[in-house]
Amino acid sequence: MFALNTKLKRRTLPGFRLSLGYTILYLSLIVLIPLSMLFIKASTLSFAQFWDIVSAPRTMAAYRLSFGTALISASINAVFGFLVAWVLARYSFPGKRIIDALVDFPFALPTAVAGIALTSIYSPNGWVGQYLAQIGIKAAYTPLGIVIALTFIGLPFVVRTIEPVLQDLDPEIEEAAACLGANRWLTFSKVIFPILLPSLLTGFTLSFARAVGEYGSVIFIAGNMPGKTEIAPLLIITKLEQYDYQGAAAIAVVMLLVSLLILIATNFLQWISAKRIGMS
Amino acid sequence: MVGGLPSFKIRPIAQQSRSSHLRTESGVIKWILIGVALLYLGIFLILPLACIFTTAFSKGIVAYTQAITEPDALAAIRLTLLTALIAVPLNVIFGIAASWAIAKFDFIGKNFLLTLIDLPLSVSPVISGLIFVLLFGAQGTFGPWLIEHGIKIIFAPPAIILATIFVTFPLVARELIPIMKAQGNDEEEAAITLGASGFKTFMLVTLPNIKWGLLYGVILCNARAMGEFGAVSVVSGHIRGLTNTLPLHIEILYNEYHFSAAFAAASLLALLAIVTLIAKSIIESGMHREIEATQITSGEKR
Amino acid sequence: MRFKNLLLLLIIGLIGFLTLSCKPTTILSVNEVTLLNVSYDPTREFYQAYNAAFAKYWKEKSGETIKFNQSHGGSGKQARAVIDGLDADVVTLALAYDIDAISEKANLLHKNWQTRLPNNSSPYTSTIVLLVRKGNPKNIKDWDDLAKSGISVITPNPKTSGGARWNYLAAWGYAFKKWNNDETKAKEFVAAIFRNVPVLDSGARGSTTTFIERGIGDVLISWENEAFLAVNEFGKGQFEIVIPSVSILAEPPVAIIDRVVDRKGTRKVAEGYLEYLYSQEGQEIAAKNYYRPRLDSVIKKYADKFPKINLFTVDEVFGGWQKAQKVHFADKGVFDQIYQN
Repeated sequence: MFALNTKLKRRTLPGFRLSLGYTILYLSLIVLIPLSMLFIKASTLSFAQFWDIVSAPRTMAAYRLSFGTALISASINAVFGFLVAWVLARYSFPGKRIIDALVDFPFALPTAVAGIALTSIYSPNGWVGQYLAQIGIKAAYTPLGIVIALTFIGLPFVVRTIEPVLQDLDPEIEEAAACLGANRWLTFSKVIFPILLPSLLTGFTLSFARAVGEYGSVIFIAGNMPGKTEIAPLLIITKLEQYDYQGAAAIAVVMLLVSLLILIATNFLQWISAKRIGMS
Repeated sequence: MVGGLPSFKIRPIAQQSRSSHLRTESGVIKWILIGVALLYLGIFLILPLACIFTTAFSKGIVAYTQAITEPDALAAIRLTLLTALIAVPLNVIFGIAASWAIAKFDFIGKNFLLTLIDLPLSVSPVISGLIFVLLFGAQGTFGPWLIEHGIKIIFAPPAIILATIFVTFPLVARELIPIMKAQGNDEEEAAITLGASGFKTFMLVTLPNIKWGLLYGVILCNARAMGEFGAVSVVSGHIRGLTNTLPLHIEILYNEYHFSAAFAAASLLALLAIVTLIAKSIIESGMHREIEATQITSGEKR
Repeated sequence: MRFKNLLLLLIIGLIGFLTLSCKPTTILSVNEVTLLNVSYDPTREFYQAYNAAFAKYWKEKSGETIKFNQSHGGSGKQARAVIDGLDADVVTLALAYDIDAISEKANLLHKNWQTRLPNNSSPYTSTIVLLVRKGNPKNIKDWDDLAKSGISVITPNPKTSGGARWNYLAAWGYAFKKWNNDETKAKEFVAAIFRNVPVLDSGARGSTTTFIERGIGDVLISWENEAFLAVNEFGKGQFEIVIPSVSILAEPPVAIIDRVVDRKGTRKVAEGYLEYLYSQEGQEIAAKNYYRPRLDSVIKKYADKFPKINLFTVDEVFGGWQKAQKVHFADKGVFDQIYQN
């Protein structure tokens, strides 16, 4: 049945070659050819030089920081983004429409502005920072500040991947569970959550991928201390400042490959989720 | 259609009353969840927004209007609009082509193609700018040839537009692919079987089906195109009044210690974001109404 | 219907805005010349004033109208932009090293550029001073106080900021002289200062903002002209300048980009532009914008503004910028070693 369907699709609808051809052409011109420049530039280094750059303690510290803070902020967004999506999809309360509209806001704000605004809020004399300082928490200029900035940047992803799925969820599934005697928590953990898990993972991964490469907003709030709060994109800038394009490209290539792996994982997850829904 | 109206009103109510006791938590838990969600959004969303607007107006409304109407600011706004005006339509054409190929057909390597389309999303903005410098810069691959022929790409609007296209590349396609997939092929196949040309089928059958999703994609793409900072900063050259976009202009103002003017310009972009989001929610309500309407009519047909 | 209306409204709005915001296009007169000056961050106010003065002078002299384009950013980033094809007629950067790089990497100007204008091609100078909060609560008098524990020092990152390299070299030079040219001692001293730094901003202006707006740190190491700007203008009455016993002579250089001016045919104007920086008027504008003038008559006139400091040069202590850069700021250089432990 599935195979037959595929054949039918191909035969009847026109424009496959045109649309795919254009897609690949445009993709190559805008994304692939420019990105390949990085690999060409990095390949002018010998492997030993390349390894020396990407495995230097400072580079490793920056990778650790970039990937670590991205992981934490993506986790925060996964938990609270899930909650926000749930609240927006299921409950009604005053101001809901405005809140719903505001979720996309970090997407549209220039990252530098976001960074400046967050720094002025969380620095020791800022709106929130002064109270945090009183209880001994330093937010701006520490990894915590980076996490705050990255959480802001990645906020829309989890909410926006879960919300539509939650809205489309067949009410009969939950009703059936409830009729069979499951309490609300059991229904949630055994019925609803497994359905939402793939899109939650997708949102988490997108938010993670975006956070790893983020520069503009982090640079203001990070403090940029070598080995402590120095993110990988800043190291790229540092290399450029010494006119070391190859070194910059080497660090970038590693980040790019990691991003690629993350995205392949994302799309694999989406594929699984689509398959599962297709089967049920 | 006229007959459909009453049932349109009755159905959701029936659905709601049915689900109310089986699909909702107790009042206390519900309000705790809402409270936590709002707290999280308050800390990470509302506070920065409030910060931007209070700083923007800290020197009064006159200073605010001055900040956004000075010649350099206007030039920056013009360049930003021009950039979006070129980048967005190009990405729309690509988005439609890509989603048509990916959603309507099966082929080997589809998942990989999807991954490549997503790639610009996760590339660091610094790198997004750098790759165009490596390509078109004076020391780059095509640099010497371009200089010889007197063509300016880098440190001029073309590079700014290219970098913007790169950064906003996946947005329209990402929006359209799931919608086209959900629509299925039945309607198009019917139209083709009835003898319509491919182009006509697309214009008359597919486009009406995806138009709200398309507009949603355009809005997101536009917002990101106008707000992009990192990549554009690398390729712009920062010539005042010539190659500064609004986000770069904001950075300049900030670096000149004109904090309230910087945030005034930023508030323009925030306003743009808010207008965009209002437009989006209008579109979404339009989309919902249409989905409901099609549900009703298809329900009646059955 | 709704969809079409919305789209139409959007398009009309956009077109309307574009036409409204468009200023009447200036008709290019035959005698108009465009000059692009690529400079670093803190010179904005100075070149704004200087451009106006020079345009007037040049108009009277040759009848040509000059339209100036200005680009400002971090010194290294600006040099990179010129290397990558930004068509600068003149560059006015923070360090000679950056202009050397333009000559070396892109061969856009002759290696001997620094000898083509008087005073190492630096028409104005500055130095590095210390900015403290009103009343000097931590009693900071000299470089030694910056290395004491419990003092919080703000300076940008020397790896990304030209200004920060001057800061670093000033502190190093002080220690180097104090301990009779003992490099180990100097390194320990500078390391002690950087241990007191809580935030390394990527640029000089970022650091000033951190110190003034965010209220972080007891002392800011800063260009003298930036410190004056902070004290006299946007932080009036809240800060004081402390002049250290010894500091570095910062010589921000200027140069013509030969390849560009020859292609564009702007050599004459560009040369006039840089030469006029050394004139009475150019020097006075520099002094008014807190840069130390070179011309004796102007130095005398503004003597009370610029206190006398014992200054050393990069060449004296470090043997030139190329060497200083390589030893201190390159990867695995002294600055990196400071942060390794």
